[in-house]
Amino acid sequence: MTGFVVNGRRVEVETSARPLLDVLRLDLGLTGTKEGCGEGECGACSVLIGDRVVNSCLVPLCQVEGEEVTTVEGLSSGRELSSLQRAFVERGAAQCGICTPGFLLAAESLLRRNGAPTLEEVRVALAGNLCRCTGYVKIYEAVLGASRGEAP
Amino acid sequence: MPRLDGIEKVTGRARYVDDLVLPGMWFGRTIRSRHRHARLVEIRRDPSLGWSRLVFIEASDVPGENVLALLEDDQPVLARGVIRHVAEPVALVAAPTPEEAEEAAARITVVEEPLPAVLTVEEALASRVLLHGEDNVFKRIEVKKGDVETAFGRADLVVEGEYATGPQEQLYIEPQGMIAEPRPDGGVVVRGSMQCPYYVHRALKRALGLPDEKVVVVQTTTGGGFGGKEEYPSMIAAHAALLARKAGRPVKIVYDRHEDLLATTKRHPSRVRHRTALLRDGSLLGMDVDLTLDGGAYATLSPVVLSRATLHAAGPYRCENVRIRSRVVATNHPPHGAFRGFGAPQALFALELHVTKIARTLGADPVELRRRWAMREGDTTATGQVLRWSVAAHEVLDAAVGRYRSRATPPPPPPKKRGVGVSLYLHGAGFTGSGEERLKGRAAVEARDGRFRVLAASTEIGQGTRTIFAQIAADALGVPLEAIDLEEPDTSRVPDSGPTVASRTCMVVGAVIAAAAEDLRGALARFGEGKGLASRDPRELAAAHFRERGALRVDRTYASPAGVRFDEATYTGDAYPVYGWGCNVAEVDVDTDTGEVAITRFVAAADAGRAIHPALVEGQVEGGALQGIGWATVEGVTYENGRVREDRMATAIVPTTLDAPSIETVLVEKPYPHGPFGAKGIGELPIDGPAPAIASALFDAIGALVPEIPLTPEKVLRAIEGTSG
Repeated sequence: MTGFVVNGRRVEVETSARPLLDVLRLDLGLTGTKEGCGEGECGACSVLIGDRVVNSCLVPLCQVEGEEVTTVEGLSSGRELSSLQRAFVERGAAQCGICTPGFLLAAESLLRRNGAPTLEEVRVALAGNLCRCTGYVKIYEAVLGASRGEAP
Repeated sequence: MPRLDGIEKVTGRARYVDDLVLPGMWFGRTIRSRHRHARLVEIRRDPSLGWSRLVFIEASDVPGENVLALLEDDQPVLARGVIRHVAEPVALVAAPTPEEAEEAAARITVVEEPLPAVLTVEEALASRVLLHGEDNVFKRIEVKKGDVETAFGRADLVVEGEYATGPQEQLYIEPQGMIAEPRPDGGVVVRGSMQCPYYVHRALKRALGLPDEKVVVVQTTTGGGFGGKEEYPSMIAAHAALLARKAGRPVKIVYDRHEDLLATTKRHPSRVRHRTALLRDGSLLGMDVDLTLDGGAYATLSPVVLSRATLHAAGPYRCENVRIRSRVVATNHPPHGAFRGFGAPQALFALELHVTKIARTLGADPVELRRRWAMREGDTTATGQVLRWSVAAHEVLDAAVGRYRSRATPPPPPPKKRGVGVSLYLHGAGFTGSGEERLKGRAAVEARDGRFRVLAASTEIGQGTRTIFAQIAADALGVPLEAIDLEEPDTSRVPDSGPTVASRTCMVVGAVIAAAAEDLRGALARFGEGKGLASRDPRELAAAHFRERGALRVDRTYASPAGVRFDEATYTGDAYPVYGWGCNVAEVDVDTDTGEVAITRFVAAADAGRAIHPALVEGQVEGGALQGIGWATVEGVTYENGRVREDRMATAIVPTTLDAPSIETVLVEKPYPHGPFGAKGIGELPIDGPAPAIASALFDAIGALVPEIPLTPEKVLRAIEGTSG
């Protein structure tokens, strides 16, 4: 068995060669993490291992033994949205929404390392995530707004 | 006001098709052709596999007609006898797990005997190999206004140019997928990612030979469409339904990215020739345009794409003598199909880059020339349509140029060169010609126990349909937004408001909803008066009505504004009831050593008539602009022997945050009297202008015109070498 922590909850799953993405979605029912390409190019499957953002479609399950994994389902506590989630809703940073969980985790990883990023730092941090709807503008606004604790 | 589906999308609670698991569900795979044009000899199954435990389907198993109902019904659900493009569906398998389905698919061999193929527009027009009719032409259009020959005879000079665009992949981040579930009565329920539930409904009835009531289609949360989920979902739905009915259990088909890139539709490649008759003083005497689209192996929506391309080919300019000749041809490429803009971006790329070329030839300022030629209310388009209302060409031009000039950045040092380009354009809102009259889109608003429900088949695909429908209904009813519910797009519950395409959802369906809501409000008021009720609050009246007589529902059908007429035989009249107007200014720094084009500023001015939800409109403008920027710069889809080369996400490039310029959006509002609160369509307009603005900026920077997108470093370097040689 492989043991790790997901969103604060300890889980044990059968050890296999499958990627973390499949285990999250199929075994644990955490379908907020999406598959856009299966080859680490689009970032729709982004999750955190510790504070580091990874493409879960490329992470073999064995690599997360003993690690702390955060998915989009772990960002809000109870019914309370995180400030990043709130900023995404209020600024219109989510359109079709399929890339949104990945962007939220990439941004969460950035803000944990750097509480006051510049626009350029936001762009670099989000470069592994593709969005086809927004032109990225409102995503930048949401991340910068959340970092400043601004009301929209 | 935040969009209504925001919270479910930021928490991961929104359920997309691949997130759904039905009890006993199996998984389907599609077996596809390898050749571009071939005789389908045989489908061989490895006898060592236990096929009796699986489900296998080929063309002869299709119970209804083996056609995908759309315009011409020439595309089969499963190929029979002949293969017409690479990755054409030939057979289907379903198995209890995705792994077993994949294994079974690998044990099927499609025996194909190659035939001579048609891979270019020139080969198609030469007609040595016939794929369609007598001449490989799916549709031909000619638009005539005034007297072009005489205009060219009077000209001081004639400027000519030829322009080309390649295919473009929609690259919605959610790949296509469907789940079909058989019903005990022999019917089927299909759920999945789509733009047009009633298109899927119609295709399923035809292929399965089922009546209306036995087919139910439900849209699941859809992760982007951009036209790519207009027609192809019918194919996947038919496949899933065939497997599910034979398996007697739900079957899910979700494409992986590789399959999606290989098999599904892309934007039509184009080739456009312009000849323009001018006087030395810059007067525009005549335009002669010749436009050709590559339709691919089946007609799909190509005739309508050609129509929109043709009707946008003369652009936003006043010209008394115009001739536009156009055609879309059959080739052995996978069918090209709907993509945001639907032919208009191709036509406007050619036109707007050509206008830049004309300005340079005349020594005129490209902004001033456009300002001088741009149409105003009362002017007449190429089809003889008098623009009666909501013409914002000058407003968007002034807004974009004004924004651009409001600040300046120092030009780059050599070997980089700075250039600025502008594009001015229009986009017809709603269906082309008599499309809305034929469709008669219907929507309803229903009053229940103190609450109101909007019923329409128009889909939320990220653009904000649900939010604006709720806003429109709430406003027309005079109730708070919280009192509005939206029925999910389920063909067993909602009327056919038409497909979610053509920038028609807000303007056309929104207008129907507004009208239905107003009627409902009136009916409730009359009920209240009749009963002598004191309350004027529609919620209280709805509750009283519900207690006494039950729900009250008003259905309305769209009616075009009075006097809007189009003649499809002559291509004259009101091609669209109204147009949205847009202008882009692009600033580029070109590295003359490497040929790289960096967009340093990008301004987008767009006229939505009235922005019902400004943040959503900005989202459409910014997202559409970046898709246009990508098409102009990095998004090159190419074919090798009829097969898509860019068949993985790693090679099917779209702009990332590092490629994307900051888009400066300016909203312009020129209300349309027949739109809800003055609104016009906005979904497609923003993608029409970025490519020619960027190509014009490149021209300005290096003094050489690159007439074909994407503007790769190789093409740019070749153009620079041409100028210095």
